[in-house]
Amino acid sequence: MKADPHGVLTGTHFIDGDHACCEGALAAGARFAAGYPITPSTEVVERFAARVPTVGGTFIQMEDELAASITLQGAVWGGAKAFTVTSGPGFSLMMEHIGYAAMTETPCVFVDVQRGGPSTGLPTLPAQADMMQARWGSHGDYEIIALCPNSPQECFDLTIKAFNLAEEFRVPVMFMMDEVVGHMTEKVVIPPADQIEVVPRKHTRKSVEDYLPYGSNGDMVPEMAHAGEGYKFHVTGLTHDERGYPNMTPQTQDKLVRRLQNKIRAAVDRICLFEEDGIDSADVVVVSYGITSRVAQRAVQMARERGLKVGKLRLITAWPFPDQKIAEIASKVKALVVPELNLGQMVREVERAAQGKAKTIALPHAGGGVHNPDQILNAIVEAIRC
Amino acid sequence: MRLTEIRIAGFGGQGVILSAVVLGKAASIYENGFATMTQNFGPEARGGACSAQLIVSDSPVLYPYVTRPDIMVILSQEAYQRFAPELKPGGALIVEEDLVRVSDLKGDPKVYSVPATRFAEELGKRMVLNSVMVGFFTAITQLLTPDAVRKAVADSVPPAFRELNLKAFEKGFAYGTSLEAPRRSELEELTYSKE
Repeated sequence: MKADPHGVLTGTHFIDGDHACCEGALAAGARFAAGYPITPSTEVVERFAARVPTVGGTFIQMEDELAASITLQGAVWGGAKAFTVTSGPGFSLMMEHIGYAAMTETPCVFVDVQRGGPSTGLPTLPAQADMMQARWGSHGDYEIIALCPNSPQECFDLTIKAFNLAEEFRVPVMFMMDEVVGHMTEKVVIPPADQIEVVPRKHTRKSVEDYLPYGSNGDMVPEMAHAGEGYKFHVTGLTHDERGYPNMTPQTQDKLVRRLQNKIRAAVDRICLFEEDGIDSADVVVVSYGITSRVAQRAVQMARERGLKVGKLRLITAWPFPDQKIAEIASKVKALVVPELNLGQMVREVERAAQGKAKTIALPHAGGGVHNPDQILNAIVEAIRC
Repeated sequence: MRLTEIRIAGFGGQGVILSAVVLGKAASIYENGFATMTQNFGPEARGGACSAQLIVSDSPVLYPYVTRPDIMVILSQEAYQRFAPELKPGGALIVEEDLVRVSDLKGDPKVYSVPATRFAEELGKRMVLNSVMVGFFTAITQLLTPDAVRKAVADSVPPAFRELNLKAFEKGFAYGTSLEAPRRSELEELTYSKE
């Protein structure tokens, strides 16, 4: 389905990542956002609040992030595409409701513009330290999808992708920006609406009598109905059967929770986006994501100018983690260098997926800035030497 | 357009950020190059320290921050004290003549000054001092084509103030052109490619 032209600000703009994310949401068809302002994410909803009345939608500033993260889910069950936007401290408050969205299979997008933590941390400065929280922050077994843009243009493009994945898999998608990408201003090209592909809600075609809210339809993603359409259904965070009714037996739990995982795991190849360069001839590959991937790219350039054989793998999808891709690369190279703005999060996944076939070298940074390209270059040189 | 690092600094209300937006737009949209802009400012709406970092290049900008500015535009004494030492040796220092006293300069920069605020007041609105400055910058640095910057000015300001801002741009541009034009070789020195 093509995007609704009303929401698409076609043209060439010079805007920051936060604003580009808002435009991506509007282009994807988001017509509802609930949020509580927090630096460095506020500009997303600030723009949404200004823009959405012109396209026919609603923004509500809630009393806090708990309210924001559940209100948006009400909007989704009312038929809207909806999202919320926050940063670390607010993201922490949203965790319970991210679990609720996963359990109830509510398609929605959580934008986290990461700043330094823990707690209040560094409100105006970058980090990438919420990556594990995005995956594991809520209790229980579930899968989510997380995307990491590295430019304002990608904040636009990948926000659309985030909404599309949310709809396709009926899953909450974490849009993991960082302060630099959010506040950085660059050229953003917004294509005409007829060139933007959007995934519509997976709405049931069944009659009111035949509809099973969590029934299997040949695939693992059930069809949705909306409140007010005449369908009778129950949405609960309790373990539920195909009718949506609480059914707290090990059998129902097993069936439900396995499906919540498997619907994502079965599609890993399709969900996992990455950018790779020069891996086949590389001795060392730098694995990075978000703003760090740009600094890493600079370091890779510098290393190649020195005649070193270095490849890069940029994770665009962080979750589900591309295990197979990492294993493949690890079997061909000496070492994987993983710079990130935290004291070691995704590097653990790289190490796990590499299965000891290549050495994994962490290059942590506590946040508040980005790596110096020289730091990454030195790590590459070290890795090649050892 | 080789990779060029620019810092613009002053206090809130002088249009520091908008100047960087205009130049970034000119480079990336109207000249089809690449530009990355980041900004720093305090919590005050007006009067606090404010600065913008702009990197323009003909290839994608990877590292997002200015490390050693080739060009610095300084609009307040406070900004001068804080940022002038960062300027690359031999770089270009552009200052607001009436607001910045240049002293203790190291690294042999080329200094260009313009009474941008006074010119803006003569045009009827102090607010357009940034467009005067952008015009002056365009003439002095010859980094961007005047037409690209004109277009960027025109679509960055509210329609009601478009004409005034374009006048301000021309005022600054003419003043910059009237100063002894820097030689090509000097301009080449202004920009450099990292590593």
